[in-house]
Amino acid sequence: MNTQTISDLDVTAPFVVQPKPKSRLVYRHSIPIRLMHWINVIALSLMFFSGLQIFNAHPSLAWGNYNNPDKPLLSLEARDGPNGSLIGITRIGNRDFTTTGFLGVSKGADGQPTPRGFPSWLTVPGPGWLSMARRWHFFFAWVFVLNGICYVGYSLAKKHLQRDMWPTRSDWRGIGRSIADHVRFKHPHGEEALRYNILQRLAYLIVIFVFGVGIVLMGLAMSPRMDSVMKPVVEFVGGRQAARTIHFVIAWAFVAFVLIHVFEVLISGVFNQLRGMITGYYKIDGERPKPPEVVATTVPITQAEENTHD
Amino acid sequence: MTDRRSFLRMAIMGAAGLLVAGCDQISQSSWGPKVLSKAEGLNRRVQALLAPSSAMAQEYTEADISPTFHPNGTTMPDTDEYQTLMANNFKDYTLKVTGLVGKPGEFSIDDLKKLDNRTQITRHDCVEGWSAIGKWQGTQLSALLNHVGVDPKARFVVFHCLDNMDEDTPYYESLSMEEAHHPQTLLAFDLNDKPLPVPNGAPLRLRVGRQLGYKQAKYLGSIELVESFAKIGSGSGGYWEDQGYEWYAGI
Repeated sequence: MNTQTISDLDVTAPFVVQPKPKSRLVYRHSIPIRLMHWINVIALSLMFFSGLQIFNAHPSLAWGNYNNPDKPLLSLEARDGPNGSLIGITRIGNRDFTTTGFLGVSKGADGQPTPRGFPSWLTVPGPGWLSMARRWHFFFAWVFVLNGICYVGYSLAKKHLQRDMWPTRSDWRGIGRSIADHVRFKHPHGEEALRYNILQRLAYLIVIFVFGVGIVLMGLAMSPRMDSVMKPVVEFVGGRQAARTIHFVIAWAFVAFVLIHVFEVLISGVFNQLRGMITGYYKIDGERPKPPEVVATTVPITQAEENTHD
Repeated sequence: MTDRRSFLRMAIMGAAGLLVAGCDQISQSSWGPKVLSKAEGLNRRVQALLAPSSAMAQEYTEADISPTFHPNGTTMPDTDEYQTLMANNFKDYTLKVTGLVGKPGEFSIDDLKKLDNRTQITRHDCVEGWSAIGKWQGTQLSALLNHVGVDPKARFVVFHCLDNMDEDTPYYESLSMEEAHHPQTLLAFDLNDKPLPVPNGAPLRLRVGRQLGYKQAKYLGSIELVESFAKIGSGSGGYWEDQGYEWYAGI
């Protein structure tokens, strides 16, 4: 909000002071959206950390329906080093990388190097404990799925998906410019900031409908009971171990999305973005556009609703 | 630059460490695991709804059989009873059937072969994450249950095994009557057209098509039909269940 007036300015300043551009708060994210966003943060984080603990029980990936111990796609192994030491090896295809301290071998609860896939500071629970990790994972899997169903239902009902996420023809035409803007970290601050750009739209749609749906399906495809009714899905993706590999890859794709998402939040005004997702109010530059008198005076709420991204 | 990078690394490790430590507190608490395990009941009910009890596990072809069938858990039971049976190539082996049945009895492998048999090439999914495919031949558990006659009060079939875990805890498992009567639930005596090898559970093991590996009890000694398994082992229905794994092992 611009509360500064000319009289506040130091008139003796040796350069011309630009009057601060006007700005205003817009109600952007409704309560359900904000709530579902933060529930998702918790559910995704805990599923990721407990998922890495589950992975540690068999830190190896394969394609097909069974594992060939000699030919993993990826494996985190511990090998004997000189003088009784342990060497952590990350094997990708036929290539070995030494990753002692992080992957394959890292400090256990007693501080001694221990064979384990991912280190204890990335797993829930910290120490090797498969059964407890499964409890965390399945509990938050339900939170994630129910939250996701509510989100999609709400967004469809409120036309959030149709209006704010489905790319329009002009969005597609502007994709080149949007990429260039992102690469140069250029972000709009005016009215335009309220609209999801084409890259945002595509990212959100892919994360929700490809990553989200995909990771749940691949999780279910690992369930022997569900496989009795999901045979075509399991065969289509290349077998149960292939489903496990895809589940793992999508989990890391989620991490990549979160890192980019947080980076964009940081560079596009972290305080404003956080306020937007916590209180709902988001600040944009410029004055409220002057609508025809009749609209502005009789239905002022319409104005706020039009700017609501929910 | 290095300073900033190491600061960033410390910050990430610190934040992750705090979260992990907080979760470990919950895992150790008395209420945490109870709340988290609420999902098990939901998994069981919803999966039973989506995948009805009659649904069959995928069966594969000979070409799909995995080159090795990784034996997990016990691979050589060291009990005297088992060692004596093994010394005579299991010729004196019998499976005892006890509990809530009309005609309790003992069955040799040859006796079992006279009941309804089934051959199936199915996948074994370990709770650890790996899978293997093998060709199993065995007696349908439902055939044996029909033969001995099940008391209507019986709700679970408990499998007592000849191998000990942690030196003196016998391995055991249990199935619901529904799963016990599934056509793919076998008392298997052959793996890949050969008598079951010792590491894979000789002379007789359980095969369940739609549950995880720890349900597929090896080295079967006796089966017991019960109303409740609360007084067996630590009361959770199986050796691994007593260690905190889900009794419903469908996912």
